[in-house]
Amino acid sequence: MNAIPAPILLMENISVDFDGFFALTNITLSLTPGDLRIVIGPNGAGKSTLCDTIIGRVRPTAGKITFKDKLITDLPEQEIVRLGICRKFQTPGVLPTLTVFENLLVSAQKDRSWWRSFTRSSRVTEILRAEEIMMQIGLQERRDVFAADLAHGEKQWLEIGMVVATDADLLLLDEPTAGMGPQDTQRTAKLILSLLGRHAVLVIDHDMSFVEALNGYVTVLHQGQILKEGSVAEIRADPEVSAVYLGRSDDDHIIET
Amino acid sequence: MQPKYVIGVIVLLSGTAAPFIISTYELSLLGRFLALSILAMGIMLTWGEAGILSLGQGVFFGLGGYCLALHLKLEGLNLANGDMPDFMVWSGVSKLPAFWYPFASPIFSLVCVVIVPGTFAAVFSWLVFRRRVGGVYFALITQALALAFSTLLISQQAYTGGFNGLTDYSTMFGESITTTGAAKVIYWITFVLVVGAYFFLRWLLASRYGMMLRATRDGENRVRFLGYDPVPYKVIAFSIAAMLAGVGGALFTLHAGVVSPALVGVVPSIEMVVWVAVGGRNILWGAIAGTLLVNFAKDLISSALPSLWLYGLGTIFIISVSFLPAGIAGIFRAGSSEDRIVRRFLTRRKLSSAE
Repeated sequence: MNAIPAPILLMENISVDFDGFFALTNITLSLTPGDLRIVIGPNGAGKSTLCDTIIGRVRPTAGKITFKDKLITDLPEQEIVRLGICRKFQTPGVLPTLTVFENLLVSAQKDRSWWRSFTRSSRVTEILRAEEIMMQIGLQERRDVFAADLAHGEKQWLEIGMVVATDADLLLLDEPTAGMGPQDTQRTAKLILSLLGRHAVLVIDHDMSFVEALNGYVTVLHQGQILKEGSVAEIRADPEVSAVYLGRSDDDHIIET
Repeated sequence: MQPKYVIGVIVLLSGTAAPFIISTYELSLLGRFLALSILAMGIMLTWGEAGILSLGQGVFFGLGGYCLALHLKLEGLNLANGDMPDFMVWSGVSKLPAFWYPFASPIFSLVCVVIVPGTFAAVFSWLVFRRRVGGVYFALITQALALAFSTLLISQQAYTGGFNGLTDYSTMFGESITTTGAAKVIYWITFVLVVGAYFFLRWLLASRYGMMLRATRDGENRVRFLGYDPVPYKVIAFSIAAMLAGVGGALFTLHAGVVSPALVGVVPSIEMVVWVAVGGRNILWGAIAGTLLVNFAKDLISSALPSLWLYGLGTIFIISVSFLPAGIAGIFRAGSSEDRIVRRFLTRRKLSSAE
């Protein structure tokens, strides 16, 4: 276990060009299995585009992405997911007319081919896994509640739970604390930290207290390019990063001093 | 025993005994409307559970109806002798068109009643859903399909009977289908198929497939990014609905003794959606109840004041959309969490389709 493990995700020189607007320019980023990476940056820095590109929702104009040594740049979305990448969306993407348990069960099902959906019910292992995750995200009391009826924070946890339930090796969490109060934010940070090891996690956020609670390796995006990488302390102390944030008064909530 | 089982038993018993209770005329109406309710359950599946609004169910209804009508027109004719259906003789056709020949077999025709609409719907919806076309655009495409289909039927007078459609049937399997006794048998067949379709759909919606279908309706992208391909789930729902429409069309043809373009075009297709909107698109029995209610109302109003029916239909539709988004069936579970969810879902759909 001494050798540096091979990266699970490797993005090389990724550029995304939306008709002349470069949402991402020459991004190179790698992530080792079970590891945590936090991506921060002001609005419009390209954070969500980064997620979209990994998951295949947006196709890069240049560069390549490999996942577990397999080139995924041109695979259909569901193929990428089946390889083991799962994404949580910015606005909670829970399935509102399904119950909490059903949401997790849909996510935990191993066999995702449609023809099998007629022939058998869910496996016991999948049901147990869904129950287990329900405990982990603290929604066991809400098992049979429709997802639409959950509080905002609970929806966020449920979607994190769904992403976890897929047993993906890489989880992409896009603003998991959006719209949460400080208490819920800390709870979310704990939840994410408990996932590490089993899953590699890439978190996008711009709530600095949350980033500090996670205390992982940080990549700062600015105008589609990587501005800085380092530990939370290093990023905090960096004058260039402060300038990017503090120079824009509308984003001054991002780094409080 | 729970009240719902009591109601179920009462419905089954009275449905079975109906031929001995109500008049022949009423029975023929009930039979027709029950045939239509098979189609309506299909709309409940696609529109309510899969979130796919089709304004072209008349096409599949017509395909089913015509598949059987082709046979009924050939039954009793001596094809080897060069016999042809009456309307072809009048149109001056000299030889029976090749595509008519297989329909001389009743079994072939009955299979086609299900297979033709089902296959057509599967291919059509696969092509559309694969391109990620949905919502309002899908509704418009199906609407255009209904228009094209009825136009095609009218324009090919010599092969399809044109505007008048196919009518004047006498026998099937060598038995007369015009006697009162036959009417009862056709009614019972219809009733059995309604019950069968009801329990089949109940099973389907309770299965893992049903859950996946609702998941796809709720968040097609979420489902896609959980590693599922949402297209097959939608294609299957749409095809099953088409097959049910075909069965409904064939039974209706038997009851009414006619199938014509007037039953399959744009206006009837929209009316079909109204039945389900009135009854409740998320509850199976709501689709049946809505169909029976609207159609009996139509019969009453249009026989008393023929010019008033369209206004009546419009009023029913507006009332149900404004005050009963979950339909009549929704009243019975008002305040329950299912009801709240359905309401929220419907508002969300409205907002997203307004974008």
